[in-house]
Amino acid sequence: MAGWLFVLTLIAALVAVYRPFGDHMYRVVSGTRHSAVERGVYRLVGVDASAGQTWGVYARSVLAFSAVSILFLYAFLRVQDRLWLSLGLPAVGDHIAWNTAVSFVTNTNWQAYSGESTMGHLVQMAGLAVQNFVSAGVGIAVAVVLMRGFAARNAETLGNFLVDLTRITLRILLPLSVLFAVVFMVGGVVQNLSGGTDVTTLTGATQHITGGPVASQEAIKELGTNGGGFYNANSAHPFENPSAWTNWVQIFLILLIPFSLPRVFGRMVGQNRQGYAIAAVMAILALGSVALTVGFEIHGAGTVPQAVGAAMEGKETRFGVANSATFAAATTLTSTGAVNSFHDSYTALGGMMPMVNMMLGEVAPGGVGSGLYGMLILATITVFVAGLMVGRTPEYLGKKIQAREIKLASLYFLVTPLIVLGGTAAAFGTGNASTALNEGPHGLSEVLYAFTSAGNNNGSAFAGITVNTPWWDIALGLAMLLGRFLPLILVLALAGSLARRQPVPESDGTLPTHRPLFVGMVAGVTVVLVALTFLPALALGPLAEGLS
Amino acid sequence: MRLPAWLAQHLAALRALLVLTVVLGLAYPLLMVGIGTLPGLSGRASGSIGPAGSTLIGQSFDDDSRYFQSRPSATGYDPAATGASNLGPESIVDTLGDDPSPSLLTQVCARSLAVGEREGVDGRRPYCTAEGVGAVLAVFHRDGFTGPVTRVVSVNQTGTPFLAVYQGVRVEPAENGVDYRALGAVITPVRGDAPSRPVVPADAVTASGSGLDPHISPAYAALQAPRVARERNLDLARVRELITEHTDGRTLGFLGEPGVNVLELNVALDGR
Repeated sequence: MAGWLFVLTLIAALVAVYRPFGDHMYRVVSGTRHSAVERGVYRLVGVDASAGQTWGVYARSVLAFSAVSILFLYAFLRVQDRLWLSLGLPAVGDHIAWNTAVSFVTNTNWQAYSGESTMGHLVQMAGLAVQNFVSAGVGIAVAVVLMRGFAARNAETLGNFLVDLTRITLRILLPLSVLFAVVFMVGGVVQNLSGGTDVTTLTGATQHITGGPVASQEAIKELGTNGGGFYNANSAHPFENPSAWTNWVQIFLILLIPFSLPRVFGRMVGQNRQGYAIAAVMAILALGSVALTVGFEIHGAGTVPQAVGAAMEGKETRFGVANSATFAAATTLTSTGAVNSFHDSYTALGGMMPMVNMMLGEVAPGGVGSGLYGMLILATITVFVAGLMVGRTPEYLGKKIQAREIKLASLYFLVTPLIVLGGTAAAFGTGNASTALNEGPHGLSEVLYAFTSAGNNNGSAFAGITVNTPWWDIALGLAMLLGRFLPLILVLALAGSLARRQPVPESDGTLPTHRPLFVGMVAGVTVVLVALTFLPALALGPLAEGLS
Repeated sequence: MRLPAWLAQHLAALRALLVLTVVLGLAYPLLMVGIGTLPGLSGRASGSIGPAGSTLIGQSFDDDSRYFQSRPSATGYDPAATGASNLGPESIVDTLGDDPSPSLLTQVCARSLAVGEREGVDGRRPYCTAEGVGAVLAVFHRDGFTGPVTRVVSVNQTGTPFLAVYQGVRVEPAENGVDYRALGAVITPVRGDAPSRPVVPADAVTASGSGLDPHISPAYAALQAPRVARERNLDLARVRELITEHTDGRTLGFLGEPGVNVLELNVALDGR
């Protein structure tokens, strides 16, 4: 009962901030007046704030920034032993550094390393956490460009990437991070530069209490749907997530931007009801998923949970089963991947839900920006399917959806399944799947989860599997890279294509895209597409385990 | 001189990254470290260190019977190596032999038995043998998954099996290093007649996510209270009072689950 109240209060809070926070974000991404600080940044960077970019130039700008970021972060990790605050830790090895650099730049935050024994404080805050901000900024910027594409008429340019990135970072992400870093400190999250303190325990042993700039990282880790933990135990660690109420705040932060972006969309296209419709699709899918995940975990099926009497393995006492499962759903419905309990020890079907959430394409509500653009792609496909049913040229928000748009949308949808299923097959084909910890169907689930997480840029794991081998680091690195940037380029191309179109007036044959019928159709199309794609793989893993 | 467009783009990107690194990667976290030194926050920002360690970080009390014991930990309460067991819900077959590794089920059974003995209560659980390993059979059928049973092995026991006969077939003990699943057996856990609500609570037999869980459930604390009172020659009512004092209830009545902070409780018992 308390578990459902926990979910209800989260919903109430998200509903309450939808309009004011969405409007704030709208003003940030549509404003043309720049603050003195922003003008200073533009001058240092050498960017002309008034110069618009075509979709192609915008895409190259995003790719250039990301490429530079990967190289910079890789170099940073490789020389960390010679830098300030390295805590005496050695340089990060080459394949782990590659994997980690790609992971943080792609907003995945898959961690093939253990934070407390690999990363010094400087590389955590000035390397990894910087990407927590800017990779989130990239996601939001690309979503904004797609919205501009829908809103524009006969336009060639769609904004300027470095200007968008600067404004989103300085006006949305940074102020909220400052605020919530303080909130987390009040809750007990640590924030210091100490290498740790040795204490004597009650029974006379020595325990090394770790330190670090954790609160500042924790805030953006959740807000930017990044998810990379300062420590290996991530948000299960009492220094990252000390209490039941910080747990609530973390889930709220995870969902805040993704669930408010539809408001920006509605404002941008001049019809707030279009934003409500998209938010409703997200909410329906999310609620269904949360209910199932919590339900399966509370029910506690399976031999070990039955022997124990509850699915408590890998879960913290202060969160309990219900709040842990809610976190698991939220972190995989978005691209966050932070964990406050270990999914590998979940019940078979409870552990399947995080996988299903990611397989949905992380659109309900999805990662910051990436969730909205994924959902708009699905809405476009739905408009097309509906158009086929009634035999009319499909249109969405006054834009005719033609061959080029559908090709781009279909390609977008195909990229991730190809990576996930191809990667899983490759792991088995090359014998690398044998690094799984568990046996039988659960071992397959560990492999499938790894590629699902990497391909969808989530970052959570069935963490029993050993993935810091060269093959796994390189393969998952490629999965994250392709899973992020191929869809992103397709979205920008779609935005460019839409922006050039002249809007057509609404007619009797236009399918209204703000009504419950359309909301239901988008949700249905999403579930059907995902079920058709991934059901066979799920049948071999979690379904086989759960139904045997 | 005009740079080629691609080069200019990468240079702008590099400059942007450097500027943002200074702002987001240095100024922001260092400002937060500064705020963390303010009175009221400094204790928490530096790790909530009390008289015997951090009140947020669980400790092992090394089976010292004068203390309340923490939950099992996959990493031995070492903050330098946090994490969970990651064993799945059907981790029920032990690896026996020279390099043994118990399944999650056997770990749960063994812990339950040990806690039961320590507290003088019934430590039995469903799917556990009386000796504290997973009660699991490898059942061979004539036609693979169907047909009459031809052979039965108790996979987690090399000694006398927990069950003499299964479906008319004598149960054999397991041999070291044999993978019965790979030989085509159906792995079958046996429920047994243990009560479905065991006396030893769930948190006492499972490892947490962090390996540093500072709490135990009020039920596990209540189970340990008589033993602690006896060992310390204290009134049981006084020990129960202390448990209540160090129980963190659900925040606002609905967030999280109630838990007893083990370190704070033990410190209070020591009168520190």
